[in-house]
Amino acid sequence: MNKITILFLTFFKIGIFTFGGGYAMIALLKNEFVSKKQWLTNEMFLDMVAIAESTPGPVAINSATYIGYHIAGFRGALAATCAVCMPSFAIIYIISLYFERFLKLTYVQYAFDGIQACVVYLILSAAIQMLKEVPKTFMNRAIFGTVFLAMILFSLFAIHFSAVFYILICGMIGVGAHGIKIIFREKHKK
Amino acid sequence: MIYFQLFWQFFKIGAVSFGGGYGMISLIRETVLDNQWLTESELMAFIAVSESTPGPLAVNMATFIGASQGGVPGAFLATLGVISPAFFIILVIVACIRNLLKYPGVKAFLAGARPCVAALILATAVTMGLSAFLGIGQTADSLNIDYVGLFIFFILVGIDIVARKAKRKKISPIRMILLSACLGILCNLVTHSFA
Repeated sequence: MNKITILFLTFFKIGIFTFGGGYAMIALLKNEFVSKKQWLTNEMFLDMVAIAESTPGPVAINSATYIGYHIAGFRGALAATCAVCMPSFAIIYIISLYFERFLKLTYVQYAFDGIQACVVYLILSAAIQMLKEVPKTFMNRAIFGTVFLAMILFSLFAIHFSAVFYILICGMIGVGAHGIKIIFREKHKK
Repeated sequence: MIYFQLFWQFFKIGAVSFGGGYGMISLIRETVLDNQWLTESELMAFIAVSESTPGPLAVNMATFIGASQGGVPGAFLATLGVISPAFFIILVIVACIRNLLKYPGVKAFLAGARPCVAALILATAVTMGLSAFLGIGQTADSLNIDYVGLFIFFILVGIDIVARKAKRKKISPIRMILLSACLGILCNLVTHSFA
């Protein structure tokens, strides 16, 4: 079997067996490509994780593209990325056909009353987890507080302001703050 | 032009979502609610399904929303939209600028975006909680408390705290969803038998 076929099959398998998104996938990827196949060294793998986590997009897609390209070029990247999406695409498409009818069942409605509470809890704990990983500097606190309040107030008063802009503006603030730091450092040198 | 809309909206989501699946939640929520593709409760139901089926959350959400709006081509285009920014950005990084993330400007941008994303996720949880438990989506809405939902929410939080203290481990999301489904059925049966 050539490398592209192996890549495709491996990522297809990983796509079937990872529940809970990208982070769960990282352990599986490491097992397949570092321990078993030894196509990547541990160091390269850590590099990949750092890049996958700090670029936009799903971590699973980022790592599939990265590893695929690394092993077999553009076609490898394409094969790995398609393979990792295909199982969930098929499963979700089948579910979507029956989902509305399924939701109309009385017991399912009862269950989803509870599940709604769980979804709020899941998102909340994802947010707290992420917050723990953010360094507690003054700037980070200011950004966090402002965005949090603005988003809730805007949504309560039905003012339209896309989350896209928050992210872009805060990114620019980060760049600006970095620029100011550099200017200050230059002045101190003189 | 629903197909173009699906592709473009999910392309935007894919391009600016940092921090994995839940980093996307605020963007996906605003997109589906603004376009009236799903209601808040349908969205929440579907987050639970995406979480309990294999595959990346983002791909699952895109496929489902695409399928509900435009069948197979809709599902395909939405999924393509959400993965293509990631695909091309990573290609550029591995093929040309290997140290893109080491540039101070890029680092500074990410440093500013990270607390913002955490705030967006938290704010989404709070606004979702307000509308699901208290019936408040906007200031004009009157209070409509969902006692069953609130009760289950606090049970889940309690269980989570106990599990973390006792086993130093988080309970997997799928188990939490199953547990909450059982609690939902149980609470509704109890309240309906008294009503």
